[in-house]
Amino acid sequence: MREKLIFEYSRPGRGARAQWPAASTPNVPAALRRQRPPQLPEVSELDVVRHYTRLSQLNFSIDTHFYPLGSCTMKYNPKACNAAALLPEFAGRHPLGSVAAGQGFLACLFELQEMLKAVTGMRAVALSPLAGAHGEFAGVAMMRAYHRSRGQLLRNEVIVPQAAHGTNPATASMCGCVAREVAVGPDGDVDLDALRAAVGPATAGIMLTNPSTLGVFERRIEEVARIVHAAGGLLYYDGANLNAILGKVRPGDMAFDAIHMNLHKTFSTPHGGGGPGAGAVGVSARLQPFLPVPIVARDSGAGEAAGSQYRWLTERDLPQSIGRLASFAGNAGVLLRAYVYMRMLGRDGMRRVGEYATLNANYLAKLLTQIGYEAAYPQRRASHEFIVTLRRQAQELGVTAMDVAKRLLDLGFHAPTTYFPQLISECLLIEPTETESKQTLDAFAAAMAQILREAEQEPEQLKRAPHTLPVRRLDDVRAAREPDLIYKSVAG
Amino acid sequence: MPFIPHTDQDVSEMLGVIGAPSIEALFDEIPAALRVASLDDVPAGLNELEVMQLMQARARQDGRPLCFIGAGAYEHHIPAAVWSTISRGEFYSSYTPYQAEASQGTLQSIYEYQSMMASLTGMEVCNASLYDGATALAEAVLMAVRVNRRSRSARILLPANLHPHYRAVALTTAGNQGVKFELLPYEPGQGHTARETLAAFAGQDITALVIEQPNFFGVFEDVDGLTDFAHAQGALVIAVVNPTSLALLKPPGAWGEKGANIVVGDGQPLGCPLSSGGPYFGIMSTRMEHVRQMPGRLVGRTIDLDGRPGFTLTLQAREQHIRRAKATSNICTNQGLLMLAGTVYLALLGAEGLERVAALSMQRTEQLARVLTSIPGVRRLFARAGFHEIVIGLDRPAAPVLAALSARGIEGGLDLADYYPELGPAVLVCATETKTLADIDSYGRALNEVLRAARAA
Repeated sequence: MREKLIFEYSRPGRGARAQWPAASTPNVPAALRRQRPPQLPEVSELDVVRHYTRLSQLNFSIDTHFYPLGSCTMKYNPKACNAAALLPEFAGRHPLGSVAAGQGFLACLFELQEMLKAVTGMRAVALSPLAGAHGEFAGVAMMRAYHRSRGQLLRNEVIVPQAAHGTNPATASMCGCVAREVAVGPDGDVDLDALRAAVGPATAGIMLTNPSTLGVFERRIEEVARIVHAAGGLLYYDGANLNAILGKVRPGDMAFDAIHMNLHKTFSTPHGGGGPGAGAVGVSARLQPFLPVPIVARDSGAGEAAGSQYRWLTERDLPQSIGRLASFAGNAGVLLRAYVYMRMLGRDGMRRVGEYATLNANYLAKLLTQIGYEAAYPQRRASHEFIVTLRRQAQELGVTAMDVAKRLLDLGFHAPTTYFPQLISECLLIEPTETESKQTLDAFAAAMAQILREAEQEPEQLKRAPHTLPVRRLDDVRAAREPDLIYKSVAG
Repeated sequence: MPFIPHTDQDVSEMLGVIGAPSIEALFDEIPAALRVASLDDVPAGLNELEVMQLMQARARQDGRPLCFIGAGAYEHHIPAAVWSTISRGEFYSSYTPYQAEASQGTLQSIYEYQSMMASLTGMEVCNASLYDGATALAEAVLMAVRVNRRSRSARILLPANLHPHYRAVALTTAGNQGVKFELLPYEPGQGHTARETLAAFAGQDITALVIEQPNFFGVFEDVDGLTDFAHAQGALVIAVVNPTSLALLKPPGAWGEKGANIVVGDGQPLGCPLSSGGPYFGIMSTRMEHVRQMPGRLVGRTIDLDGRPGFTLTLQAREQHIRRAKATSNICTNQGLLMLAGTVYLALLGAEGLERVAALSMQRTEQLARVLTSIPGVRRLFARAGFHEIVIGLDRPAAPVLAALSARGIEGGLDLADYYPELGPAVLVCATETKTLADIDSYGRALNEVLRAARAA
């Protein structure tokens, strides 16, 4: 089922002329002119449409497959969100357009800020970070700015639990901090003695995901907060797993000082094959002066009916701001999609997200343990996700988590997250989300049962899965050793 | 329930399997004191009809003004096939292609993008996108510090005529890592960075020089001279470009004797709607020798177990999910769908179509310049040639003029008062191929009337 490269459809003189504007002769100084045209294909509109449609058909997606990818919250992306964000007035609005001709747009953003404050319990929200890791950067940069403003220049250690997302330590480095790992106990909660030993005068703060990447709620979060705050540090909440607790617990009430929210997870904007995302940040009162700009403000307390005016707050309004994070005000189209999603859910829908995501995860965890998979934390409640480990099968049968993941693809399910968190050997991190039905979960469990049988009866077949996809397992070593990263035509 | 398919019977069967009395019981590990009492500040839910009526009303409120603002985001025609193709659920609702066998469509399209963009910028390798143009520059600065091992200073020269938001983002991002930025002045009346302004830096330890072509004022830079100067000092060259312009202009890979080292830019002109500032995508391409210091994802072509060609994410040892604190960047989610829009756009336009877009945009801007500068009280501030933007000077403060134009449904350009107060009343204006001669004339008439009324007042 190979689809040729778009370049292989190219024929001199075939270009899609209906899409070209009229010809003209520009006056470019000779020394600045391009000498050879770029190597772009010459193809018809039909070539392009057919090629990219065929490529799309080689993908798994939420619209076509169950996608239980742990820590990624692959829930259904309602179509109305897309339709609303692409209304011509919104799609055509220039980022530096006048505020007078943007009151409708700004009203949406302002209300989005307000709703995010309400569901997270934070004091203020800024929308400009462009993805989760970008929000993390904003959060840690604000923590540093806060310490600096108090003359605490040496606070540059960021504590992360062993099982943290890779973006946490990478973010600490990007902010000029040092990441310091603390151990996690056998029950999945942070080891408080290790934490007490780790904090001190160099502590900038701690980055925590709660529920953690181990799929369990950090039960002693209040004690964690006390320890870190007492040492002069701040608490950062990685919102990757916010879906689990939406409407049930708020990071602000857990005493977090900064938080990012992955709007492309919890608030259901599409992942787009690797973005765009949006990583709005929320803060407690002490970090509010440091928020990134711009932020939407509403003037007059009279409410919308009385003709509120919305405007941008910039460095002039927030002189201690960490500054600007993006070319413009953020991934506005993503923000509009999240806004529409939140308005459709409303306050009752928010609560249902956390409830049914948790119901689905606990149900699926139970089904999988009943058929013989080993839960990593059987004594704990699953949050919105859970871990099973194949360590027994790996030892006894030589079948790995990777083999199970690849075989699931054959059976019509996207694989769960594999080999993360690294703390648990041969693990699958499974997050069903609230938008999947019991029947889908039952079918997934049946597929997982079939794979266990195959592991015992025909492990060799399993190790060579997938068998039915457009390609079989790929040679990653060759890809890295002999990098073929761009197409080089015969003509050169 | 909205977007939740469970029936009452499903729920009771599921709780039975779990062995829990209620959904509420599943939260029993959470300390009671932390539980949310109410979410009263979130409004009640709306159905799809109600929410669309709300959004349509807000959209109508904003209207569709005739827009002559550029400044890093450009209104170009987007062929219908671009969004009809990329909005397919298989692209739109898929995840980052970690499971290669189930993501060949996304992976191959990234490989095609890398190939097109490497060629357009004249470089050897291109990543699968960063967030936007400004963050791409910030990442390029950090990358240059890692690549240029002979330089110990972490000093980056930024031209004053670089997009001011790009400068701000570079400061926010790289400032925490001890990078030092120094500003290069532009030639008054010309708008470009002259070689002479650089002379003071000759013989000094400089990590990299940033060159924007065309620069924020729309003016062309002497890219060959600047590039050779930087390389002679042992500095790297970071090029900031508009991808549309590269159909006409010498690609950064061909600047000077050796070419730029890192190329960044915003991919927005290639098929992405203006959409109030995003989502767009950040371009970054470089030379093979620097690839291991490049942030962001890369796709490589390889073979599968049967020897058939296939695509996979590669050189991942640079990335945060493998290297954690030692990664080249913390970037994870990037702007995949917009990069795909750019790919489909470039495939539809081809080299000749893109050159026509660039050429007609240039011509429209020249026509706009003629119309506007024929109005009393309006002049062109920079004499030097440029691409599809110009700076006009006014004989009175720009803000009230632009507000009056806005009231007439015209977004007349970007007021430079906050960014470049030394220019006096100045407005950055842009016309692309989307503006007809009639559009340009109506802008001219409106500006003339607004200025006349202001003089009379």
